[in-house]
Parts: sequence; C-alpha cells; structure tokens
Amino acid sequence: MNKQSTWQKIKGWSLFLPVMSLLLVMAVNIIHDIYIGANPLSFFMITLRQTTGNGTILYGRIIDILNRGSEVAILSIGMTLVVSSSAGTDISVGSVMSLCASFCCMLLAGYGVSSTTTLARPLLVGILGGIAIGVLCGMFNGTLVAYFGIQPMVATLILYSAARAIGLLLCNDLIVYIRNDSFGFFGGFLGLIPTPVVIAAICILVVALLLKKTALGMYIQSVGINAKASRIAGLNSKRIIFLTYMLCGLFAGIAGIVASSRITSADSNNIGLYFEMDAILAVALGGNSLGGGKFNLAGSIIGAYTIQAITTTLYALGVSSTQAPVFKAIIVILIVAIQAPPLKAYFKKRSAAKQVKGAAS
Amino acid sequence: MKNKTRLNGNTILLLITIVLFIVLYAGGCIAYGSKGFTHTQTFLNILITNAGLICVTCGLTVVMLTAGIDISVGALIAMDCMILAVGMRSGLNAIVMVLIVLVIGVAFGLFQGFLVGYLEIQPFIVTMAGMFFCRGMTAVICTEQVSITEQTSALFYKWANTKITLPFGGYLNNKGKYLAPYVRPGVIVALLLLIVTFIMLRHTKLGRSFYAIGGNAASAAMMGLNVKKVKLCAYMLSSIFCSIGAICYCLNTMAGSVSQALGLEMDAISSSVIGGTLLTGGVGNVIGSFFGVLINGTISSIVKTNGKLASSWPNILTAALLFLFIVIQSVFAMMRNRKK
Repeated sequence: MNKQSTWQKIKGWSLFLPVMSLLLVMAVNIIHDIYIGANPLSFFMITLRQTTGNGTILYGRIIDILNRGSEVAILSIGMTLVVSSSAGTDISVGSVMSLCASFCCMLLAGYGVSSTTTLARPLLVGILGGIAIGVLCGMFNGTLVAYFGIQPMVATLILYSAARAIGLLLCNDLIVYIRNDSFGFFGGFLGLIPTPVVIAAICILVVALLLKKTALGMYIQSVGINAKASRIAGLNSKRIIFLTYMLCGLFAGIAGIVASSRITSADSNNIGLYFEMDAILAVALGGNSLGGGKFNLAGSIIGAYTIQAITTTLYALGVSSTQAPVFKAIIVILIVAIQAPPLKAYFKKRSAAKQVKGAAS
Repeated sequence: MKNKTRLNGNTILLLITIVLFIVLYAGGCIAYGSKGFTHTQTFLNILITNAGLICVTCGLTVVMLTAGIDISVGALIAMDCMILAVGMRSGLNAIVMVLIVLVIGVAFGLFQGFLVGYLEIQPFIVTMAGMFFCRGMTAVICTEQVSITEQTSALFYKWANTKITLPFGGYLNNKGKYLAPYVRPGVIVALLLLIVTFIMLRHTKLGRSFYAIGGNAASAAMMGLNVKKVKLCAYMLSSIFCSIGAICYCLNTMAGSVSQALGLEMDAISSSVIGGTLLTGGVGNVIGSFFGVLINGTISSIVKTNGKLASSWPNILTAALLFLFIVIQSVFAMMRNRKK
C-alpha cells in the first residue's frame, strides 16, 4: 500500500512526463550500444578532443545534444509563456528566426553581397539589429492577439508566411555567407563549452530569475487561466499577453542569430524550418497544457532537449533526416493520447471499479 | 435582429472578397494586357494550377467551420502523390492507384477525427503529428523524385493531357490560328467538389451540424447533436477532399517528391480566411474560400507575368491581404459586440 502511494507521488510530479521520456530515450541509446557491441555507457561519455579550428573542446553525445538543442530550448522559453498566457501557439517563430538571421547578415555584409570576409558594420550592430527585428515581430503578433483579439494561430500565420519571404527579399534571394571568425563565435565554442549552450543557459537563467523574483509568472498564469477575471482583479491582461508575445519574438531573434552563426551564413529557406513545431512539441512534452494557464518552464526545457535527444538517437540508429518525422509523429500522438482527458477518465473509472470490487470481496 | 446584423457583416465580408478579386484581376489586365493577361486562358490557367488547392480548401473550410484546423493537408498531398507515382512505376493500374489513395484518405481522416473528436486532443497537435507522419512516410516510401511518364501509366498520362476545350472565349494568335481556351480534368473535379460541398453545407443535416458545432459546441450537444461524430466526419471529409485534391495536384506535377506541396496547408488556410471563414468556427462558406484561392492565384499569376519581381513577393502579398482581412474581421466583431 505504502509502495503504491510513492509510485503515485512520482506519477503526480509535474516533471514526470518529460523526465520519463528523456530516460526512455537514454535507455534506447544504451540498448542500442549494447546491441552493436560498443561501450554501454558511450552515450554519457564526455572526452576532451583537440580540433584544428577551436582548440581543445568537450566532445560527446550529450554535449552534442545540448549544443544542437540550444535553439529549440531558447524558443521553448518564449513558447511556454505564449501558450500559458493566450492558450494559443506562436507558429511564426521559425520564420522569424530566419528573418532575424537574414537581417543580421544583411547588416553585416551589406545589401546584395553574397559572401564577405570583412564586416560592413560592427558585429554588435548586426546582432542587436537581428534581435530587434525579432522583438518587432513579437510586438506585431502581440498587438494582433492582445489588442485585436485575433486567434493566436491566425495572427501568427501572417508572419509565418511573410517573415521568411521578407528575409529572402532582404538577402536579394541569395545565401549570404559571413566568413568572419567573430561572427562564427555564437555558434562555435567558448573555451571548452559550445557557445550556444552558454547562450541558452543565460536565457533560461534570466527568465527563471524574472519569474521567481517578480510576480510576472503568476500574472501570466492568472491571465491564461481566466483573462476576464484577471482583468477584474486589476491586472492589465492585454498588456501581459502582449508582453509574452514580445518575449517570444526576442527569443526567436536570439535563436535565429545562434542558428545563423552556426553555419556562418543566412540561408533564408532553411534556417528555422519546422522549429515552431519542435518548440510547440517541447512545450507539450514538458507536461504543459496547450490550453493555457499553469506552466512549467523546466518541463519545456527538458522537453526541448528530449526532442533533440530523440533526433540524435534516430540518426545514430541510421534513420535519415527526412524519415525521422515519422517517429516524431508517433511519439507526439502517444504523449498527447496518454494525457487526453477522456482516456484519463476511463482509467480512473476502471481503477475505481477495481477498488470497489476489492473492498467488496 | 441580432442574427440579421451578423448575417449582413458576413455578406459584406464575402462581397469585399469578390470585389477585391475583380479589382486585382482588372488591375492585372490593365497592367499586363499586352502580355496576354486579358485572354480567357490566363484565368483558366489559374484554375488549372490551383485545382488541387480548391479541393483542399473545401475540406479545410469544413474543418474550420467546426472551429478546428487541419495542417496535415500539404504533407498528405505529398504522400498521396508519392504513392501514386511509386504505385504506377511498379505497374499498377491508374484506377486502382486512385482508389488506394482515396482509401488512404478515408483511413487517415478517420484516425485524425477519432483523436480530435473522441479523445478530445487539440486539432492543431493532432494534425501537426499527421503532417510529420505523412512527410516522413513520403521519405520512407522513396527519397528521390519519382515521375510519372507515358511508359509508367498510359492511362494517367492520358488524363493529365486531356484538354477540355470551351466553345467560347478563344482568340487568334500572331499567325492567325484560332486557339480555343481549355481546362484540364482536374478543374472539372475541383469545381464539382466545390458545388457538392456548397450544397452539403447549405442543405444537409450534416452540413448544418458543422455550423452548429462551430458556433457553440455545448449548446449543439444539448440540442441532441453527436458532437464527437460530427467532428470525426469533418476531419474525414477534409482528408478525403485532400486526397481528391492530391490526384488533381498529381495530374499537374506528374511526379512524387518529398518536398512537394510544402506549405500548401497555409495557402489553404489563408484562402479560407480571406474568403471570410472564421477560425473561431461557425461562420464561412466555400464560395468565399473559392474566391480566396482565386485571389492567391491571381497574385502569383501577376508576379509571374511581370517576371522581374522576386519570387518571394506572392508570399508577402498574400500575408498582407491576410492581415487586412483579419483586421477587418476583428473590427466587425468589435462593432457587433458594441451593438450588443
């Protein structure tokens, strides 16, 4: 009896779902390593490796997952807040990422230049410009959702289709290459650690502190649970929803710069492709309801890295990048089906019936 | 009284859409008349290239009427086209392949409809998973582009190259030869589907149920409607229409490839929204959606005829129109609320 209650306690933990999925992915990796005869713990091994470009760096599958998952992790912060406050999703983040990257590279290379080794403007101008565009896009979405009362998906659909196209226009339909080490830094290495990991960690820390030290987190949740009641209680619901979209745009901008720096170019057609889906998936995987209200930032971030772990594992298993979505789809459906209210009610009924039976006998 | 004002607001939206289409088209005729924009064929070409999109938009409008969304349509088209192409390459008959694709549409729609209707999962998540699944499955079936030629399926090739000439609107070309305007079989299929959907939405019990559920699911349930079943029907119809659209689409492209119909779901959604369908459900009709598709087609046709504009302009212009219509809709909604 006592044992069961501990199990139920674990099951009731808010991070149960994301942590379980992450553990499951790790288990698959270990089994695969044993199967192919490699060291069973090779998934967790981190070694120092000498490279020609970056000096000594940390190397290992976990480091790779942390590194590659940075963009989705950064995006999932903003997405969590948006989902919580407005019960809708921002589907424009991937396109906005691409626009920010294009604008940043356009500033750094100059309009119409497709490849450059020297920067046309100081690095900081490009980076801040790119992020500013992201914030602007977020404000646009926020205005439509908060002040015009438009459904989030439709409002963000505008930038979903326009942002990438504007980015292409800014780059004059070219892929802009910036072959300059200072630009590559944001997707490269800071000492031993990959810079994207550091950037993601800073973003997460800042937001976590903001939510912990101020009442913002509570305000967002209260608006998400009932916007009307929050307004009557004295909160400016509209401004809070607007703010979450602006933050989402800001993080899309940061993620765009990281993604662009990683490949030291602005490839408008491919940067951030399907990232909105990954970010939404991360939020759902983190145990957050897409119906708004209560949120769990830690869950979303674990969710983001879990997705990257799944992707990396699939590649390790020999699944090609175009075929990987099939597995992602099956995982999504399984996760949301488990959480579906009718199914939960059904299981509750069954376990209750069992208990009644047990008591009767 | 309240009902009347609401109806008027929606009629005005439909009118704006139709007027906008006429203005756009007339603008194109004036600007590019010398490049052949005024010929009947230019208009028919818009229909020919967008036959698939018209079918998809009909299905999507039905789903949007129930306050849902289906973003799996683009990927489903890619998967259907790939199945058609690979099936015919392995020597199967075109009619058999068409039937297989339709069955896949029904099965896929049933599954999505079950998840949305009976398990009450958000439509966006379900159809997003559907999109991932179809896009991935396309790659599992075949990663390279498979084209359909006369050798692989003579029947399908014949369908694709059938010209149905119209008895009016022809013109003499430079050499004095009379060119009759024509449409492809896909257009006939799409227009028939449009009429069927229109009649279904207007005059059948199922059609009215879609509106009732989108307007207010709770009161529809109290009225005795089986909300779950109607939702399932909506998603099933969307997938079937999408599969029919895929056949029309394949008749145009004559190939299956992984990156086919990328982002088509967003074209379909924006067409519906421009045509006056609300994503909150309960309001809209397929005639508006049809004009939405035509507006999209006219924009890309104008950009193509100009020839100098960058390829990203159609996207930007469509998004700008979408913005305009969304704001108009929201202003109408605000006015309505104030009147109350």
